[in-house]
Amino acid sequence: MGNFFVKKRVQSLLVISLLLLVSYGSILITEFDVIAGLNSIPNAITWGISNFYPTMESLEKLPSILEKLQETVLISIAAASVAAIFAIVFAIIGSKTTRMNGVLSTFSRGIATLFRNIDVAAWSMILLFSFGQSSLTGYFALFFVSFGFLTRAFMETIDEVGVGSVEALTSTGASYTSTIIHSVIPSCIPQIISWVLFMIETNIRSATLVGILTGTGIGFSFDLFYKSLNYNAASLVVLTIVVTILTIEFISNYVRRVIL
Amino acid sequence: MRVGEYSKVDHTESFQLNSLNKRIKIKRINKATITIRLTMIMLILLTIYGFLTFDYKNINLFDGILMTLTNLKVMFLEAHFVHFTFPEAIYQSLVTMGLALLTTLIGAFIALILALFAAQNLSTARVSNSIKGFVAFIRAVPTVLWVLIFAVAAGLGSVAAVIGMTFHSIGYLIKAYSESFEELDEGVIEALRGSGASWWQIVFQAVIPSSLTYLISWTFLRFEINFGVAIAMGAAAGAGGIGFDMFMASSFYLDLREVGTITYFILFFAVLLEIIATRIKSKLQIKL
Repeated sequence: MGNFFVKKRVQSLLVISLLLLVSYGSILITEFDVIAGLNSIPNAITWGISNFYPTMESLEKLPSILEKLQETVLISIAAASVAAIFAIVFAIIGSKTTRMNGVLSTFSRGIATLFRNIDVAAWSMILLFSFGQSSLTGYFALFFVSFGFLTRAFMETIDEVGVGSVEALTSTGASYTSTIIHSVIPSCIPQIISWVLFMIETNIRSATLVGILTGTGIGFSFDLFYKSLNYNAASLVVLTIVVTILTIEFISNYVRRVIL
Repeated sequence: MRVGEYSKVDHTESFQLNSLNKRIKIKRINKATITIRLTMIMLILLTIYGFLTFDYKNINLFDGILMTLTNLKVMFLEAHFVHFTFPEAIYQSLVTMGLALLTTLIGAFIALILALFAAQNLSTARVSNSIKGFVAFIRAVPTVLWVLIFAVAAGLGSVAAVIGMTFHSIGYLIKAYSESFEELDEGVIEALRGSGASWWQIVFQAVIPSSLTYLISWTFLRFEINFGVAIAMGAAAGAGGIGFDMFMASSFYLDLREVGTITYFILFFAVLLEIIATRIKSKLQIKL
C-alpha cells in the first residue's frame, strides 16, 4: 500500500517537472518575457477602463458597424450551411458504417483531414490571391474549414447513431440509397443541426480574424478603428461582436435542448 | 399535446402522406421535428439572402474558383524556399508550437483552479454563476481581439499573444472543466463529506482523479486549437513563428510558391498533433 502511494507521488512529480520543463522551453523559444507579460495585465486593465469604452461620438459609427456585422454573420451562416451539405455527402462516403468501398472512404477522409488541418488564417491568405479583398475570400476560407470539421463530426455521428438502423434496413433488403435517405440522415439530423449551429458560432469568431487578415467584414472595421487609434469605436465593435455571439449561443442552446 | 392540436397535426400529416403515395406513417410531428424544420428553413433562407447581398467587388465566382485551383496547383506542386531555409522553417514551426504549448499549460493551470469554483456541485450558486457569466463574456470576444487589446499595453509581439491567447484558453477550459466536474456522481462527494473530508481532500482525492481523462482530452483539444490560433496570431499580431512567415510571404512578397512550402509545414505539424491526439484518446478509453 505504501509503495503504491510512493509510486503515485513519484509519477505525479515526474509529470509536473516535465510540464515545467516544457513550459520553460516554450518561454525560451517564443522569447516570451514573463515579467512584461505579468505587467501587461494590470496595464491593459487600467488602459481598458480609461480608454476602451464607446462614446457618443463612436455611436455615430454604429450603423456602418452593424452593416459589416450583418455581412459577417451571413457569411458565417452561409459557409456553415453550404459546407454541411458537402460534408454530409463526404461523411456518408467516408464513414465506416455507410461507405461504398475502402478506396473512396480513404479518399474522402483524406480530403477532410487536409481541409481541416490547414488553419483558417492560412486559407484566408491563400485565397487572397484569387479573390482579393471581397467577401468571397472570407466565405471560402470559412467554408473550407467548416467543410473539413463538419465532415469529421458527421462521420463520427453516423458511426455512433447509424449502425443499428443501417443493419436493420440492410437485412430487410433495402437498397443503399433508401437506407441512406430513410435511415441514416433522419436519425442523424438532430446531431447534424447541432454541429452546424456550433460551426456558425465558431465561424463568427474566426470571421473576425479572417476579416483582419483579408480586409473584409467586421474584422476590417475593428482593424481600421484600432490602427487609427480610435479605441472608442473599436470597443463598440467588440461589444457588438460579444452581443452577437452570446445571442447566437443562446439560440443554439435553446434549439439543442429541444431537438436532442 | 392537447386533443385539438393533435387532430390538426394528424390532418396535415395525412395530407403529406397522400402526396407521398400513402407510405406507412413512421414519424409523428412534435416540437422537436418542428424546431428542426424551422432551423433548417431559417438556415437555407439566410444562406440565400447572404449570397444575394455579399460584396462581390466585381469578382466572378467561377473565374475565382478556377484561379484558386490553378493557384493551389502552383502552391503545392511548385513549392520553394526563397526568404528562409529548411532549418529556419522547422525552427519557426517550433516557435508556433511553443506559443501553443505555453498558452495551453498556463491556461489549463489557472482554469483548473477556477473551474473548481465554477462547478455547481463544488461551489455556491452565486460564485459559480458569477464565474460562468464572466467566462461567457471572455469567450464571446474572439482571441485575436484579446491579443490586440493586450497589445496596446504590451506592444505587438509574443507577450501580447501569449497573454491574450491564455486569456481565451482560460475562458474555454473553465467551461469544459467545470462541466466535467459537474458530471461527477453526487453520491461520491456526499460520502466523502460525510466521512469528514475537507473540501481540498474531496477535490484532490475524488473530483480530479475521476474526471482526469476528460480534463486531459479537453486540454489536448485546446492545444490543437491553440496551435491554429498561434499561426493566426503570428500573422495578425506579429507574434512570430510560421504564421508570421506566411503573412510575409502572402501579403508582402506575394510569393505563392513559398506560401505552399509554409502550408506543407503547417499541415505536417497539424496532422502530427491530430495523430497524437487520437492515440491519447484511444489510450484513455482503454484505461476507463
